[in-house]
Formats: sequence, C-alpha cells, structure tokens
Amino acid sequence: MSTVEIASTAKGTHAVKDQNAAQFLGFTKPRAILFLIFAAVIVIAPAVLYPIFLIKIYCFIIFACAYNLLLGYTGLMSFGHAAFFGTGAYLCGYAATRFGLPFELAVLSGTVVAGAMGWVFGWIAIRRTGLYFAMITLALAQMVYFAAMQVPFTGGENGIQSIPRGSVLGIIDLTSNTALYWVMSAIVLFMVALYNRIVHSPFGQVLRAIRNNPERAMSLGYNVDRFKLASFTISAAMSGFAASLKTVTFGIATLTDVSLVVSTEVVLINLVGGIGTIFGPVVGSFIILSMEHFLSPYGPWILLIQGLVFMVFVLLFRQGIVGEIQKKLKTPL
Amino acid sequence: MFDLNIDLILSQMVLGLVNGIFYAILSLGLAIIFGLLGVINFAHGVFFMLGAFAAYMLSQTLGIGYWGALVLVPVIIGALGLVVEVALIRHLYRLEHLYGLLLTLGLALFTEGLIRIVFGPQGLPYQVPPELRGAVNLGFMFLPFYRAWVVVFGVVLCLVTWYVIEWTPLGAKLRAATDNPKMVQAFGINVPVMLTLTYGAGVALAALGGVMAAPIMSVDPSMGTSIVIIVFAVVVIGGMGSIFGSIVTGLGLGLLEGLTKAVFPQASSTVIFVAMVIVLVARPRGLFGKVA
Repeated sequence: MSTVEIASTAKGTHAVKDQNAAQFLGFTKPRAILFLIFAAVIVIAPAVLYPIFLIKIYCFIIFACAYNLLLGYTGLMSFGHAAFFGTGAYLCGYAATRFGLPFELAVLSGTVVAGAMGWVFGWIAIRRTGLYFAMITLALAQMVYFAAMQVPFTGGENGIQSIPRGSVLGIIDLTSNTALYWVMSAIVLFMVALYNRIVHSPFGQVLRAIRNNPERAMSLGYNVDRFKLASFTISAAMSGFAASLKTVTFGIATLTDVSLVVSTEVVLINLVGGIGTIFGPVVGSFIILSMEHFLSPYGPWILLIQGLVFMVFVLLFRQGIVGEIQKKLKTPL
Repeated sequence: MFDLNIDLILSQMVLGLVNGIFYAILSLGLAIIFGLLGVINFAHGVFFMLGAFAAYMLSQTLGIGYWGALVLVPVIIGALGLVVEVALIRHLYRLEHLYGLLLTLGLALFTEGLIRIVFGPQGLPYQVPPELRGAVNLGFMFLPFYRAWVVVFGVVLCLVTWYVIEWTPLGAKLRAATDNPKMVQAFGINVPVMLTLTYGAGVALAALGGVMAAPIMSVDPSMGTSIVIIVFAVVVIGGMGSIFGSIVTGLGLGLLEGLTKAVFPQASSTVIFVAMVIVLVARPRGLFGKVA
C-alpha cells in the first residue's frame, strides 16, 4: 500500500539541533534558567491559585513528559495513554484502600502495573508503525475502558472512592494540603529533571536516532524494536506514576481516568506546549488545564474549544509554544 | 454463563450483521481516503453522526422523510466534506501523517461539541419509514423489515463501491493516483481535484451510513466517536490494502460481535479488540494487507 509521495518531503518539527553541554542538573544553560523559573512559579503559585488545582497540573506535567518521551523523542504516536493512566489510578487506589498499603507502595504498584501493561501493549503495537500504531494503541485503550466498565475491581460507574492519602515514610502527613503541595512540587521538579536526563542519556540519543531514521539506526546495529519497547514501557510506567499521584491527591479513581478524553488531553498538551521539547509539557499542562478549569461550567464548550485549539495549532503552530520560542532563540528548550 | 441457545445465537448474529454493515461502509471510506490522501480520517465517525443528525433535521424542519434523506444527506454532508478538504486537510499533505490524524481529531472534537451545544447530549428519535415497518418471521426470530433492508442495501452499496474502484476507468485513475500521484498528474489528470472529490465521496458514504443507522441507533452526538474506534480496529484487522477485504472484515466482525453477544455477552464490547490483538500477533499486516 502506498501513500501520497509528496508527504515525505518536509517534516514539521525537530528544526533546531540539540546540544548536550550539561551545566546544571543535566540541563543546558537556557534550560536551567527555565527550570529555575518553573521552580519559582511553583513556590509563588499557591499564593495565587488553589494548591489542589496546581497539583493536578503537576501530575499532568509528569504524564505529558511521559508522553513526549514517546512521541517527541521516539517518534511513536500513541493514542491510548489513558489505558496506562487509568490503570495506574485504579491500581494505586485499590492498593491503598483494599490492601491498606502506605502511600509509597500504593504509588509504586500503580507505576509498576501500568509499566507492565505498557510492556504488553507495546509488544503488540510495535508490530506496526505510523498511523497503524496510533490506531492500535487507541483500540487497545478502548478495550481497557470497556473492561474497566465491567470488572468489579474498578467499582464500575462509581469508581474507587475515599482513597486515603497516608504519609511519606510515616513522617510527612499528606492529609494537610500544604504538606501534600510541597511533596508533589518536589516530585514534579525531580521528574522534569529525570525526563531531561533520560532524553539526553545515551539511551535517549538512540531513541532520537530511531525517531529521525529507523532504518539507519537499525543498520548501525541497534535493535530498534527493543528500544521502542523500552521507551514505550518507561512512558507507560511514568503515566501510571502520574496517575497514582493524582489518585492520592483527589482520593478517587474513576472511568474518566481511563477514557479517550485523557488520551486526547495529553496529546493536546504536548501539541500546544511543543512536541519534542523538554519544557513543552510544562507550558502545555498549565495552559490546557487552566483552560479546562475555566471552561468547566460551560459543558460541551470545552470539547468545541479543545477541537479548535487542536486545529489552530496543527495548521499554524505545529511546533507548539516552546517550539516556536526555541526557533526564535535558536536554542533547544 | 455460556448459554448455547441456537435460536438466540442465530438471531444475535443477524443483528450483528447489521452492525457489520456499518463497520464495512465506514472502513471502506476510511480505506479509500487513506489510500489516496494518506490521512487517517478521525472525523469519519463524526460525519457518520452528522448524517444521522442531518436526516433528523430534514424531517423536523422540512418534513423530508427517510427516502429523501437517503438521497439528500450524502450530497449535503459530502459537500461539507469537500469544504473541509479544501479549507483544512489540503494544507497537511506535505507533512508527517500524524498531523492529519491530529487535525481530524480536532475537527471531530469541535463538531461533536457543536452538536452537543445545539442538540444537547440526549439521543433523538428517528422513525422507521412506513414502508419498512413490521417484521418477517425467520423461524428463529422476527427480523424487522428495516434491518433486512439495511443489510441488503448495505451489501449493494459496498459492492457498487467495490465495482467502481476495481472495474471502471474512474476507479482505475483513483488506483493509479494511489500508487503514483506524480505520474498520474503527468498524464494530465488533476490530482488535487481528485483528492478533494475522494474525500467528499468517502464522507458522503459515511453520511449515508449515518442515515441508515438513524432509525436503529438513537441519534446522539457521541455515536460517531464510539463507532470510529471500532472501525479503526476493523481496519487494523483487515489491512487497508484491499477494498474487498474491508467489506469482508467489517461484515465478519459484525457477525463475531453478534455471536459473542449470544454466547458470552460481557465480552461483546471487547471481542473486536481482542480479535485485533490476535490478528496482530499472528499476522501483523492484517488479514488482507499487502505490505507490513
């Protein structure tokens, strides 16, 4: 089966070359500045905005970083990340309520099980590439959604409710919103640094080689499928981690977490922020979640405006906000 | 749990065949559009939904019934498809395929939101045309005439589409442009216009499916998105290389879904996805796919 030939002549993203001069926590100088700005925003924001809403943004930043590792740096378009997000949320909630596991172990179980599911789904999906990969992941996620609707484990329409927050190592009590906020802030900063670290590690270099030219990466002796699967599994585990934190914060895991809405949301966050950038997920999460927050009283208008934002960014700002800025500044961000 | 009532199985499979018709019509359009434009049309389900809503609107405002809608709706929604191609999709042919998917996803969200704002989230009723009321006794079930009509008309529609693409000069040009657009352009055929018309035709087919579905499914804004994901799985199972393959796969999976509904109803919503996994593991390029 062949497609329109002209399609391969020009590519939309990856205009700016990435350099590796590590300066601060593994960040290049411009990125280190952005990281410090982000840290400053985290410190100031609770004075202006409701901390629980900010924590939700931070959870989605981690989720969006996980997604961008796959789409932006491995070149794999998944449409089914809700499966991992939802599974992470359910597992963490179930472990904390039914097994009475403490915070750390509940989050760990959400992360590990989402990662395991990612490994299985990745193993199935990497048999095909491109748009087929997107369709397969979407279908697999829909399967998980229907399954979640039927099995008693998830609590069906009600979901898992009143999940206890617990404490960090029995020392920091998370029932206080302030304590929870600072713990989550530390985690999101750590995760953004870790995401940057993975992208710029030798492993990340191979992923980018695969994104840019899979055939060449293969001819250089890399096992392309194995690297893709590793990237997919890490991405899924990180998504499960993000969902676990969200579950602990809100004390609830529902069908929404595993629905198509979540899958499209994480794509939109990265499209608006910048696919294949380090700080795109941060900027995108702030914008998209704020937009949804303020539009939430208007019901279906959210859907309409999300669709509009999708179309505008695909047609006019494909590189996303951070992507456009890095093009202006001629330095990768 | 396993209830092997042969009458129930047969009747569920006949009902499954009706769903299979819709899968076949939608995957056919999706495959034609993808073949020529290289775009996975996420909005395909939304055009299916718009077809049903257009039929509803025609009957509410102008009093045009089912038969009129069957002719008018594909023309109206097909024209809308032409506009969408010219205004939006055309600008993405030079880019990576994923942008086409993202754009049509945005279009789908936008349209579904718009329809929800205008009509509300509830399902709307659409009457079965008076000529097709009643049912026929098949011995194991009473088959409503309307569903029998959907099966017959749907099969004819699929076969006509297959015939046009495989056996007419127009279809030959279409297949040639799918293989090598530059060469076809060099022969003096206007490929950009062809792309526009192909998109319009695929959309019209989806809208026609929507009209056919209106009396069976309730006409509601989410009917498109839920069916398009199943159709994606159908397309992955069948492989998009063959028109005939799309039709056979669509019908076959409808039957499988019906069978599961009779034997093990809890799994009926997931069986197609499970079938997709099995096919991917055993034969990654799909049942009728030519290239991996």
